[in-house]
Order: sequence, then C-alpha cells, then structure tokens
Amino acid sequence: MTHIISIRDLKREEIDFLLSEAGRIQERCFDEHALNGKILALLFFEPSTRTRMSFEAAMARLGGTSLSVGSVEASSMAKGETLADTIRVVSGYADAIVLRHPKEGAARLASEFASVPVINAGDGAGQHPSQTLLDLYTIRQSMPLERIRIGLLGDLRYGRTAHSLAYALSLYHATIFSITPTGLELPDALVRELAAHGTEVICCDNVEDVVRDLDVLYVTRIQRERFPDSASYFKVASSYRITPELLTGVKDHLIVLHPLPRVDEIDPRVDSLPYARYFEQSWNGIPVRMAMLQRVMK
Amino acid sequence: MKDETAQQGLLISPIKNGTVIDHITGGEALNVLKIIGITGTTHECLSVATNVKSRIMGKKDIVKIENRELREEEVDRIALIAPNASINIIRDYKVFEKKGVTIPALLVGIVRCPNPGCISNTNEPIQSRFEVVPNGLHCLYCDWVITRDITGHII
Ligand SMILES: [Zn+2]
Repeated sequence: MTHIISIRDLKREEIDFLLSEAGRIQERCFDEHALNGKILALLFFEPSTRTRMSFEAAMARLGGTSLSVGSVEASSMAKGETLADTIRVVSGYADAIVLRHPKEGAARLASEFASVPVINAGDGAGQHPSQTLLDLYTIRQSMPLERIRIGLLGDLRYGRTAHSLAYALSLYHATIFSITPTGLELPDALVRELAAHGTEVICCDNVEDVVRDLDVLYVTRIQRERFPDSASYFKVASSYRITPELLTGVKDHLIVLHPLPRVDEIDPRVDSLPYARYFEQSWNGIPVRMAMLQRVMK
Repeated sequence: MKDETAQQGLLISPIKNGTVIDHITGGEALNVLKIIGITGTTHECLSVATNVKSRIMGKKDIVKIENRELREEEVDRIALIAPNASINIIRDYKVFEKKGVTIPALLVGIVRCPNPGCISNTNEPIQSRFEVVPNGLHCLYCDWVITRDITGHII
C-alpha cells in the first residue's frame, strides 16, 4: 500500500513519475473514469478550504466520490476519540484518506492505523507533500529541475513549505540562495542534510544582490508573529517586497512563485509580468493531486 | 588492570547475585539509576561509586545492584547516556554473562519528544519512536531532532 506522508518518503524516480503523470493529465491524456466507484475520505481537523476543494475537484475529475467530515466540533474527535480510532473507522468507509491535522506527525500515525492509503494534506507545521509536488511541477513547466538556481525568500526557519522544497530540490542538485532576515535562516540540521546531497546553500540578506542570478524566486510569507513588535515587522517586510523595479535586469526565464495566500510580499503590479507564476502554481494543484490520487488508489 | 580491581574492591564489595554496570561515563551513575527506575524510595540493595580512576576512561562510575538483572530496554537506555558501559550479570559471585551496550538504531517508547505539537505527546495509542542519527535522535513522527540533554528526555 502506498501512502504519501512526506516528500522524504519519495525517491527521485517516484517524484519524476508523479510529475510526468501530472503533465499527461494537464494535456488531457487521462482516463476520466480511472477512479469510478472509488471513495475518498477528506478528514480536515483544521480548516483549509483551498486544499480540500482541490482534492475534491481532483477526485471528481477522475470519476470518484468524496466524503467530507463536517466541522471538527461536530465530530467524534471533539468527544475525545483518538485519531487512531477515527482512522480505523474511516478506513472502512473509503478507498483512501486525505488528512489535515494540527499535530505534527499525525499523518504518519494515521498511516500506521489505516487499512487504506493516506495522503498527508498538512500536519501542523509539518509535512505537506502535495504542496511540494505542485511547486516542483510548476518549475518543471518552465525549465528542467536539474541544477536550477533558486532563491528562497521569507521565513525559512519556520516555513516548512520551503524546507520540503529545498529537500526535494537537493535531489536535483540545485543551488539554493537563502534570503532571510537575521534569525529566520534555514535550520542548521537541514542545511547539513542538503550539503550531504551536494547542494550548496548561499545565505544573503538582500534579494537585490542575487535576484539577477536566479532561475526561480520562491517567495513565502514573513510571519508577523515572529517579530517582537509591529514596527520591526514592517521594517523587515518592506525590505522583502518584490516589485517590478526589483525585477529589472533579471534572467528572461526567471519565474516567481508563492504558495499563496500572499499578504504584501509581492506587489500586485508584478502579477502582469511574464515572471509571475503563482496563480498557475495554485491551479497546478489539480493535476498534481489527480496524479497522487491515481498513484495511491489504482 | 589488577590495580584498578584492587582499588574498586576497597570501594565496593562483591555481590552474590545481581548486576554490575561498569565503565559508566564519569558522573552519569545517578542518571543511570534514574533511567532504570531506581530512586530513593525503591528497595534495591545498591552500591554506587562515582568518578573512580580508570586507566581507559580517565574517570568512570560503577553501579552494583543486588538481586536484579537488567531488561533489554533498560540496557538500551543506559547506552544512550553511557555508550562505553559494560554490564556484568553476576550469579553466585561469578560473572555469568558480560555484555557491552549498543545504542539500538530505533528507540521505541524510551525518549519523549520535546516538540509540544508532536502527535506522540497526545493520548494516541502509540509509543514515541526515534531513530539514532549522527547528530542526535530523530522523532519519526514530527521530524524533531534532539541534539542535547538526551538524559532529560528519557521517559
Ligand atoms: Zn516528535
């Protein structure tokens, strides 16, 4: 049985396979009845409307049906049932489970108790492999993944999206520019792990210095709650803002990505530039999740 | 070696049955007792010597516990804080079995995850699971890595 819990569980060949499948799906070379008669259970113990809708849409396009838990408050979980029990029960209702849960490691636990495949749709500050896959897929639409030069910008200490992406790109020998305010750099353990894969991490505190060097600029939110007061937050946030002016003289093929929702890291004037790919990135969630659902249920 | 044994003889007398844990990292004897569940209120007959001179280790601790043989998971815990320890099972004043400790690749239910957001710290029917990595212990649920004060996290 195949679970998709962490990007770290996937070998490079498996990632490549899922991305090619997503590509075939996007070119409409897929079987609309591939998952006819199959049922997907969506267990969202914290709200994430977009991720949930995107899995529901992906399932519907493959001919399958989705079951959604209502609100967490109304579920047995609120009555004190363990996640392990919920998973054992729901395994009997569905052919696969998509889980979103506030505790880190919840999806790993679910995979130990489930008798059907589990897909992690985010556990706490933990893993969210479908996000990483769609990030990779979006990059691959513009350029080969091998040896890209990518700038990761924002809060890289706590931003797990960036961690998984950096890890996955290390399988493709990327060069990573870590562009962060002081104190929000990539964790040392991760940097050492990337180095072990032969991936160089170059730290810089100014996006202007490196942006002309990049193939991909991946922007994440700088979380306000990481700063002692709003003045120091605004000072940092304004110096990490992507504007059309900043992007003058960059490589023609540069793409700017953002996992969305954005606050004000990217000036809306950037939206109409050829570099902006964050909305495509979001739409790519559908073919990527279709590929994942087929992979675990077929 | 003879000198060393003679010196120890002065500190701790031989036991008839039980366990001698020798070559404990200097100063860790009390932590060894803690992780095998021996406290001031339990009833084991016990001898402890700390910071004894050792030719191999500089300083070492020794613990002798009468009428008790250690379980496998206790040996695993000792390995975490005293990787050079040797364990001698004594029966009728003789060393019946002598074994070293090895840190197992996987620690199940031995260490508590320091991450408050980790699923292993909830009332789920699971035990904590850590794999031993070069820089510490890696939680297989939440990916947290414990690099310091492993003793403080032993359950
Ligand atoms: Zn943990």
